[in-house]
Amino acid sequence: MLEPVEPSLRRPPLLALPAMGWFMWFLLIPLGFVVVYSLSTKGLYGGVVYHFTFENYQRATDWIYLRIFWSSVKLATLTAFSCLVIGYPMAYVMATASLRVRSALLVLVVIPFWTNFVVRAYAIKLLFGEAGPINEFALAFGLIHEPIVFANSDLSVWVGMVTNYLPFMVLPLYVALEKFDFSLLEAAKDLGAPGWKILLKVLIPMTKPGIITGTIFVFTPALGEFVIPDLLGGAKTMLMGNLITDQFVKTRDWPFGSALSMLMILVVTASLGVYLKISATENAPVDATTVED
Amino acid sequence: MESMEKIRPRSPLIAKLMTAIAFLMLYVPLFALVIYSFLGPSAGPGSPQAWTLEWYRRILVNGEVLDAFNMSIYVGIWSTLVSTLLGTAAALAIERFRFPGRQLFDMITHVPLIMPEIVLGLALLIWFVVLRITLGPFSMILAHTTFSVSYVIITVKSRLQGFDDSLEEAAHDLGASPWQTFWKVTLPLIWPGVLSGALMAFTLSFDDFLITFFTAGVGSDTLPLKIYSMIKFGVSPEINALSTLMLGATLILVVFFFRPSKGAPTHA
Repeated sequence: MLEPVEPSLRRPPLLALPAMGWFMWFLLIPLGFVVVYSLSTKGLYGGVVYHFTFENYQRATDWIYLRIFWSSVKLATLTAFSCLVIGYPMAYVMATASLRVRSALLVLVVIPFWTNFVVRAYAIKLLFGEAGPINEFALAFGLIHEPIVFANSDLSVWVGMVTNYLPFMVLPLYVALEKFDFSLLEAAKDLGAPGWKILLKVLIPMTKPGIITGTIFVFTPALGEFVIPDLLGGAKTMLMGNLITDQFVKTRDWPFGSALSMLMILVVTASLGVYLKISATENAPVDATTVED
Repeated sequence: MESMEKIRPRSPLIAKLMTAIAFLMLYVPLFALVIYSFLGPSAGPGSPQAWTLEWYRRILVNGEVLDAFNMSIYVGIWSTLVSTLLGTAAALAIERFRFPGRQLFDMITHVPLIMPEIVLGLALLIWFVVLRITLGPFSMILAHTTFSVSYVIITVKSRLQGFDDSLEEAAHDLGASPWQTFWKVTLPLIWPGVLSGALMAFTLSFDDFLITFFTAGVGSDTLPLKIYSMIKFGVSPEINALSTLMLGATLILVVFFFRPSKGAPTHA
């Protein structure tokens, strides 16, 4: 198809102006104010004094807070990794299924994706609850004599996080595998490559764009996540998300909260940078021309 | 593209097994939720529980829940209207014209998608306080519009990418004014994209928790905020019923969304 000829303009068209104005006024300026706040001093009654200081950043890099940041990074990494390990076979099954099965599975992935995440977290809380179905079944069949307390455990937080973010991983993986030319697998097999080698040397390198997109889609929101651990883990663990929220809702130290959130953006950017760097050096694609972005 | 149907190998058993486990993890909690929402109170240990609609009745007469529902609908409709208008116009501008700053603008429209939600939430909170905008329905509409516009732009853009320019040229050659061309040719062609963008905007608004949490203020809970504060008190049959209703609404939306699959993009 020919490239459509697009008219060149000297200035942005009228159509673009409302959205441009909106993003300027409700996105860029507010983000600028977060920076300004992070460099200001806390006022006497929870307000802010525009008195330039780096103190908030100094405080934010204190050992206590760095440990909290580390817990968030660990949780987000575990979530992204689990979603990848579970999501890849899922996407593979979807991409290799017949058209009818494929669209049915796609709908089944999208339904939880669109279900309110508070509702989903609650459903897991109910399932694992002391009077929940797992315990009731186990008790009724005499498997256990006392209800097991799953609630407020790492297991329920893990299940909550993984099920919440799994669709974000599966959908990009599915898109990548859908485009994959499966005859390459046949070729590798004919040439005598063992199964694990085909996976590592052909399938994964060729679907890397999907893996990267999925990982970013999971890791970034998971890093700021605190509602799921809060609801399912019983607010035991302090994470970046509740630490920042507390500064705005409870202690009302907005400058400090702003500095923490700037650091959070830094952590997100740095983690993704490291991740992209690692994935760029490992397994260079067999044939880059067949891999679309 | 059936004509290009490629060789598709059978998936290994272990992959199928993993898929089955994953779907169980996704759906067992939801099924338990639905079943429990219809279960009456236990008369005593060991005695069977009767089916009941009592919890639904209680939810439907709960004034606070109804208020929260109305708030969600109100904020959802307004933010959808504004973001669909702004987003469609912006998508047309980005796809149809070359202008200075086009790429930068395109990049900025992606910022709300990749930024941690919590940062956008608190940035808007700070900004509303600076502007002295009272937190409530109005501030929520502004906040929801900000993230919804990005999704509308992406959806409409992907519709425009498969667009045949010659139709507009033909309209022009036949003497149609630019305005007529837009209403009679362009808009009908991109309409599915606009519609799915709007639907996406509404769903996102209706579902949003974190940004709403920061910009709602006191006494204007949306449904997700209301459910959250109810859950904080623990598990209860009323929440089971309310959550099942939310789940039902989602199912209706998914069915509605997957019906007009005439090339309409389903998700970003």
